[in-house]
Amino acid sequence: MTQARTVSELVGAGEAILSGGSTGVVLSTRLRLARNLAGHSFPGWANPAEKAAMLEEISGAILPLPELDGATFLRMGDLSDNDRLILVESHLISRELMNAREGSGAIIRMADGVSIMVNEEDHLRIQIVGGGLDLNRLYEKIDALDTALESKLDYAFSKELGYLTACPTNLGTALRASAMLHLPGLVLMGYMEQVIRAMNELGMVVRGHLGEGSEATGSFFQFSNQQTLGENEESILRRLGNALAEVIKQEEIARLRLLEEKGDKFLDKIGRARGILQNARLLTSEEAMDLLSLTRLAVDMNLLPSSWRGRVDALLVAVQPAHLQLGRGTEMSPAQRDAVRAKIVREEFAEMPALTHIDGEGRAG
Amino acid sequence: MAESHKCQICGKPATVHLTQIVAGKIHKIDLCEDCAKDKGVTDAVGFSFSDLIGALGAANPAPESLSCTECGFTPKDFKKSGLFGCPSCYEAFSPILMPMLRTMHRDVTHVGKVPSRSLERVSAKNRIASLEKQMADAVSEERFEDAARLRDEIGAVRSKVEENLK
Repeated sequence: MTQARTVSELVGAGEAILSGGSTGVVLSTRLRLARNLAGHSFPGWANPAEKAAMLEEISGAILPLPELDGATFLRMGDLSDNDRLILVESHLISRELMNAREGSGAIIRMADGVSIMVNEEDHLRIQIVGGGLDLNRLYEKIDALDTALESKLDYAFSKELGYLTACPTNLGTALRASAMLHLPGLVLMGYMEQVIRAMNELGMVVRGHLGEGSEATGSFFQFSNQQTLGENEESILRRLGNALAEVIKQEEIARLRLLEEKGDKFLDKIGRARGILQNARLLTSEEAMDLLSLTRLAVDMNLLPSSWRGRVDALLVAVQPAHLQLGRGTEMSPAQRDAVRAKIVREEFAEMPALTHIDGEGRAG
Repeated sequence: MAESHKCQICGKPATVHLTQIVAGKIHKIDLCEDCAKDKGVTDAVGFSFSDLIGALGAANPAPESLSCTECGFTPKDFKKSGLFGCPSCYEAFSPILMPMLRTMHRDVTHVGKVPSRSLERVSAKNRIASLEKQMADAVSEERFEDAARLRDEIGAVRSKVEENLK
């Protein structure tokens, strides 16, 4: 059965999932399956009454499933603008669902990072998120969930074209597998364009950290497969995994090169980042992302204790606009948000130790 | 085949030529400088070759007579959004679909997961609908024995569906 929860409670649990598991270059993995009901217009073409009816039909059919026990059902039309933006910033829903409002909803089960978007571009977008690189385990879970949903819903499917989706680019397996990578080494050494071109040739796409159409602030990039038809799920995941393994290797090499060839400049940058984080009064989210990115790199290079990586990852979400607004009453202006952001960051980094090399035993030097 | 010196979007002289080779297949796009900039071709992050091909597919003219009987969708509607109206559109528009899919995906035949339980249910529902219509016809034509036989058949299919749902 569903339990009523506020959006902010949901969000806290989400941060725990992501910052707990991540190590090094890969922050998180996300898998998404698109599914539609046979005999119904796709959400973009259906009229408001049809959409509303489908939302109730779908939620009514699947909420009782044991796989969704404890899940929260949110109707987009019931949420405030800020609540919807919070869900986007936590990577629980897409911007498109945020804009969809009436007739759309999301079923979220924080315990295992599952969110099912209803009436986004397709009738169902089933999504699972986890920390670090975790393609196979997450696929097993989402596959099981999809099979459970299938017992209650009549999916639109053709033997030739696979799962039928609103956009032809999603046909077939309708599986989009992606990972969020932190690549400051490749960016600072100027190799990123080459990497992106190589990925495109493999049929993978690289986007900024907020997905389609976003900028790559803080050297965070989202890598995903582009094609979904003509290749089975296992092969898609294997090829993505191989491509990511290669990119991770290149990033690690780039970081070593960074230290060798531009060591002083790089350590200077990290030192200045620490200064700003501990002392600034105003921080835009772009600047905060860039500084947090450098700090995260400092942890990976053993210049800060590894316990700091989780704190940095949590801040990456906490400094986003809607998260800052949460629980702070009247709507803030951008300038007010910049001040609050700087304050949160100052408080978090007040105890940050001096940047010195820390060896495997945790000894500083 | 389009001449390679005209932009595929606006028809002006093409100065930007994109070639993508995936699994041995070559796909080419010819654009003028303005359309290339407009489509984000020079922006390494966020540019997707497959998305561009999809958009071009949507922009090219298609046979006007096609339309989806289930939802009323037409090629003009597809041109506007790049999205279809309902699952049945795929059958209605299959003449213009294949070339588009060939450039978008590795292959145009699905391999991978099949929702067999869902398919069985849908096919059973279709069978029941067809039998019900036959039964209604038999009743109106006073072929009562046929109607009774069909009623029993419908009952058998229905209980099979219920069995599978357990």
